[in-house]
Amino acid sequence: MHKKILYTFVFLLFCVNAYSQHNSEPTEEQHDVEQHEEKSLKDRIKENIQHHLKDSHDFVFLSDTEKGKHYGFSLPVILWDNGLKFFSSSKFHHGETLAEVNGSFYKLYHNKIYKVDAAGTINYDEHHHPTNAKPLDFSITKSVLSIIILAVLMLWLFISIARSYEKNNGVPKGIAGFLEPIILYIRDDIAIPNIGEKHYAKYMNYLLTVFFFVWFFNLIGLTPLGINVTGNIAITTALAIITFLITQFSGKKTYWKHIFWMPGVPWPMKIILAPIELLGVFIKPFALLIRLYANISAGHIVLMSLIGLMFVFHNWIGSSLTFMLAFAISLIEILVALLQAYIFTMLSALYFGFAVEEHDDH
Amino acid sequence: MDKLLNDFSFGLFFWQILLFLLLLLLLKKFAWKPILNAVKEREEGILNALKSAEDARKEMQNLTADNERILKEARNDREELLKEARTMRTEMIDEAKGEAQLEADKLIAKAKEGIENEKQAAITDLKNQVADLSVGIAEKLVKDELSSKEKQVTLIEKILKDVKLN
Repeated sequence: MHKKILYTFVFLLFCVNAYSQHNSEPTEEQHDVEQHEEKSLKDRIKENIQHHLKDSHDFVFLSDTEKGKHYGFSLPVILWDNGLKFFSSSKFHHGETLAEVNGSFYKLYHNKIYKVDAAGTINYDEHHHPTNAKPLDFSITKSVLSIIILAVLMLWLFISIARSYEKNNGVPKGIAGFLEPIILYIRDDIAIPNIGEKHYAKYMNYLLTVFFFVWFFNLIGLTPLGINVTGNIAITTALAIITFLITQFSGKKTYWKHIFWMPGVPWPMKIILAPIELLGVFIKPFALLIRLYANISAGHIVLMSLIGLMFVFHNWIGSSLTFMLAFAISLIEILVALLQAYIFTMLSALYFGFAVEEHDDH
Repeated sequence: MDKLLNDFSFGLFFWQILLFLLLLLLLKKFAWKPILNAVKEREEGILNALKSAEDARKEMQNLTADNERILKEARNDREELLKEARTMRTEMIDEAKGEAQLEADKLIAKAKEGIENEKQAAITDLKNQVADLSVGIAEKLVKDELSSKEKQVTLIEKILKDVKLN
C-alpha cells in the first residue's frame, strides 16, 4: 500500500506516465517477490524516465500502476495513411489495444504509431527496431497541445502588456514592469551588440519570441505537469531551422564572401577554407539544436533519476539525502532554464550579426 | 545519432514550425511592435526631457551669470561715477579756490591802488590846502607887516641886517 502512495507521489512530482506492466505477481514466496519487485522498481523508474522524455499521444497526469489506471485525457490522433485518419487516442487504451480505423489496424509502440495486422504483430529487425510501416503522424500530441496552450497564454500575456503601455502612457505597470527589463535586456545586450544598431530592429520579433518560448517551456518542464517540450529534438530542430533560414536569407555580400572566398588569405587557403566555412554554416544551427535538447533532457533525466533514487533507497537517510540533492538540482535547473533560453537567443543573434555584417575587405 | 533520429517526430516538427510561426506573426503584430514602440517613445521622451532640463539649467546659468555681470558692471559704474564726482568736486573746489584767491588778490590790489590814489589825492589836496593856507597866512602876515610905513622900514632894515650878516 505504501508503495502505491509513494508512486503517486513520484507521479505528482513529475507526472510520469507509467505504462509498465501490472505488478500483480503471485505471492507464493515472499523472498522471491521482494527480489522481483526490487528489479522491477528500477526498471520502471528507467522506463518512466524514457517515457517522460518522449512525446505522448495522451495527456496523463498520474497513473496507478497497481490498478492499471491512468488519470488524464485522450488527445486526437491524425494520421496520413492513404487518406486522412482521424480518431481519439483513447482507442489505443494507453498502448494496450489496437486501434481499428476503416479496416486498418494501428498499434502504439514506444509512443510511435505503427501499422499492424489484425493480430497486432510487430516485426523487428536485428537491432530490435520495428520494421512495420509508420504512417505520417500529425496527431495533436501532448507537446502540440502544450504548445497551443502556451502560445495562447503568451499571446494573452504580451498583448495585455502592449495594451497596458497604451493605457498607462508608456509606463510599465504590473507584469509589464517585471518583463520589460528582460525585453530591454534582449534588445540592449543581445540584439544591439551582436547585430548592430542598423539592422537589429527587424530581428527583435524573432529573438523575443524564441527567448520567451524556450524560457517558458524550460520552466514548464520543471513543473509536475510532466511536459517536456524544449527537451524534444523535433522542437529544437524546428527552432534551429528557423534561425538557420533567417540567417541565410539575411546574408549580405560580406557574409557569403567570408564563406566561399575568405578575404585576406592566400588563394590556396581560400580553397581549403571554403568547404570548412560551408560546413560551419550547417554546424552552427546543429550545435544550437543539440545544445538545447541535450541540456534540457539531461536536466530532466538527472532530476527524475534522483527522485526515483528516493524510492530505491527506501530508508530515511538515503531518501532524505537524495531529496536534498534533488531539491538542489531543481534550483540549478531553474537557472539552466533561463540560461539555455539566453544562450539560444544570444547565439541566434550572433549568427544574424554575422549575416548582416558589412565592412570593407581587409 | 540513431537514437536522435528515432526520437525525431516529424508530426511534432511540423506542428512546432506552424504554431511557432503563427505565434511569431501574431506577437509581432499585436505585442512586440506596440511594446517596443512604447519603450522607444518613452526613452526618447526621457532623453528629450533630460535635454530640455539641461538646456533650461544652462539658460538659468546664463541668466544668473548675466545678472551678476550686469550687477558687477553697475557697481563698477557707480564706483567710477562716484570717483569721477569726487575728483570733479576736488577739482572744482580747487579751481574755485584759485579763482577766488585771484579775484581777492585783484581786489586787494585794486583797493590798494585806490587807497594809494586817494592818499596821493589827499596829500595833494592837503599840500594845496597847506599852500593856500600858507599863502593866506603869508599874505595876512605880509599885509600886516607892510601896513605901516615904519613897519615896512623895520622889515627892510631887518632884511638888510640879515643880508649883512651874510
